[in-house]
Amino acid sequence: MKFLRIKAIAKKELIQIWRDPLSLAIALLMPVMQLFIYGYAITFDVNNITTIVYDQDRSSLSRELVAQFRESGYFSLIAYVDNYGDIDVYLDSGRAKVAITIPYDFSRKVRTGRSSPVEVIIDGSDSNTATIAEGYIAAISLRYPQRITTRTVTPAMDPRTRVWFNPELKSRNFIIPGLIAVIMSVVVALLTSLTVAREWERGTMEQLISTPVKTSELIIGKLAPYFAIGFMDMVLAVLLGVTLFGVPLRGNIVLLVALSSVFLFGTVSFGVLISIMAKGSQSVASQIAILSTMLPAFLLSGFMFAISNMPKPLQLITYIFPARYFVTILKGVFLKGSTLSLLWRDGLMLAIASALVFFLAIKNLHKRMD
Amino acid sequence: MNQIGSVVKVEGLTRRFGDFVAVDGINLNIGKGEIFGFLGPNGAGKSTTIKMLCGLLLPSSGKGSVGGHDIMTESEEIKKNIGYMSQKFSLYDDLTVEENIRFFSGMYGVRREKRKERMEWALEMAGLKERRGVMAGTLPGGFKQRLALGCAILHEPPILFLDEPTSGVDPLSRRTFWNLINKMSGSGTTVFVTTHYMDEADYCHRLALIYRGRIIAEGTPMELKERFMKRHVLEIEVERMVEALDILEKKGVDAAIFGSLLHVTVEDVAQGIADIRRTLESSDIQVDRIEQIVPSLEDVFVTLIEVA
Repeated sequence: MKFLRIKAIAKKELIQIWRDPLSLAIALLMPVMQLFIYGYAITFDVNNITTIVYDQDRSSLSRELVAQFRESGYFSLIAYVDNYGDIDVYLDSGRAKVAITIPYDFSRKVRTGRSSPVEVIIDGSDSNTATIAEGYIAAISLRYPQRITTRTVTPAMDPRTRVWFNPELKSRNFIIPGLIAVIMSVVVALLTSLTVAREWERGTMEQLISTPVKTSELIIGKLAPYFAIGFMDMVLAVLLGVTLFGVPLRGNIVLLVALSSVFLFGTVSFGVLISIMAKGSQSVASQIAILSTMLPAFLLSGFMFAISNMPKPLQLITYIFPARYFVTILKGVFLKGSTLSLLWRDGLMLAIASALVFFLAIKNLHKRMD
Repeated sequence: MNQIGSVVKVEGLTRRFGDFVAVDGINLNIGKGEIFGFLGPNGAGKSTTIKMLCGLLLPSSGKGSVGGHDIMTESEEIKKNIGYMSQKFSLYDDLTVEENIRFFSGMYGVRREKRKERMEWALEMAGLKERRGVMAGTLPGGFKQRLALGCAILHEPPILFLDEPTSGVDPLSRRTFWNLINKMSGSGTTVFVTTHYMDEADYCHRLALIYRGRIIAEGTPMELKERFMKRHVLEIEVERMVEALDILEKKGVDAAIFGSLLHVTVEDVAQGIADIRRTLESSDIQVDRIEQIVPSLEDVFVTLIEVA
């Protein structure tokens, strides 16, 4: 292998990226834009849940309960109603997401130390919001007897929850690290997927493969500039995540750089592999690159949906997507300050996957036209 | 022409694409320093042959060697010893002249100490010294072709394969180009060149005519003209050429259009002239001129194709 040739290819590739507005936009603008759009748009925090109340009891205790909901900050009380029909109207029209019905005997039961059912109807059509609203309601009702505990019974249990790693439960804190993984996979794979396909499409491959260049030289020379660009994007995304979105970076930066490099190497190799397979069509290559990285990175990496909640077969499938390991690594390094002793398994899987894809790319590039 | 052994030697070279046989069992034997012309109409199998010889396309069957390396198993060794110029311009349009040259000098592994000199030489040869900073894609055809040639010979390969190097190039550039090829052959480079311009065939030392995947004739330009043109060629100038062609062909005369003239082949010159005059004038077609000419290679080719 000649370093001279690798350098010549890398340099040529860089010049071509620099002169191609589309590639340049993908390389420099896309990651920042994605970080902004997703960083602001994707949030699991639910605030201002529209709520209506049907207070049949109309006592000081029932008013106190309603006040609890209002003061929590999660619910915004938009109306009082006085029959069930109105509840239907509000929920059906979507004007309210939650309806609380306090029964006639609420204060009587509570004062005599018995528990009283409070009916809470949640609009389940937006299941995500519904689940979260349910959680808030459970938390409030837990707190409720404590407030009036002197007048009623002492609760048998006094739960005190502490949230580790992300005490404010800000969803942005776990979205941004995952998002970096998504952006890195999609942007880098997309950009790299054009490189070999472009040579076939423009006919320049014919001249290139008539030279004594080795396939390994060709692939490494082509990977290098995209790796550098991906690395730059990575640094940019981490900086933005920490400064703009205030995500804590608790772990070791050297570890972050090292493991990210392994992931990047795998991703550029994957991009080149796609590019080789999509022989001669840049548009086919870019579509495959987007589909094969975007979907798994979003859905199967644990970025948005916890892998442990997935059905078993699906959980097994996630193991073949390197994004899964990288999301674990990023979340670990960012939020938990994890060290290599915890992340080595994910790092090792990444390294194996990357090496495999790189090997496949070299194996599949033939210096022939048939 | 100093022929010391053969540089390109193949036997039974065949390439199929599905049911279609693009190249059908051809044999070649080309010596060092030879300019070997590979002639034939479009689709005859010229490019397929050249790609097999350059290691870009694996032959379906056959055996042979290029520069002493086996065409079936050693294509990467072959690539170290050849320069290849494809039919379609296949350098980088979005790189400048100089960047293209530098890139390919890297690909061919031109040694660092020689690189500067070779790059300057290529620029000089292609007449692109003044345009070194111009994007290759914006060059006129003749310059593109010379740049492609320059890039293909940066590493001074002993064997050069040129696939239709002069198609779409103006006549003056073509002449310059052939002078260059001649010079390189003189210094020992073997040149394998395909073309469909018959007039260029006379620049070659030896020729093979390929038609529908088969070599139908082979020899020096002179040999081909003498050996295959037992018949005589008459050149005819008439007013209504297409009509005249039609009439002659109906009579069973071997005729073809050459520019604004008709060429016919006959066994006996005097008898032929008389016959043709009579035939055409009986159909009210005025014959302005009719005379015997020295056959061109194109005549040879047309005759051979009609036989094949």
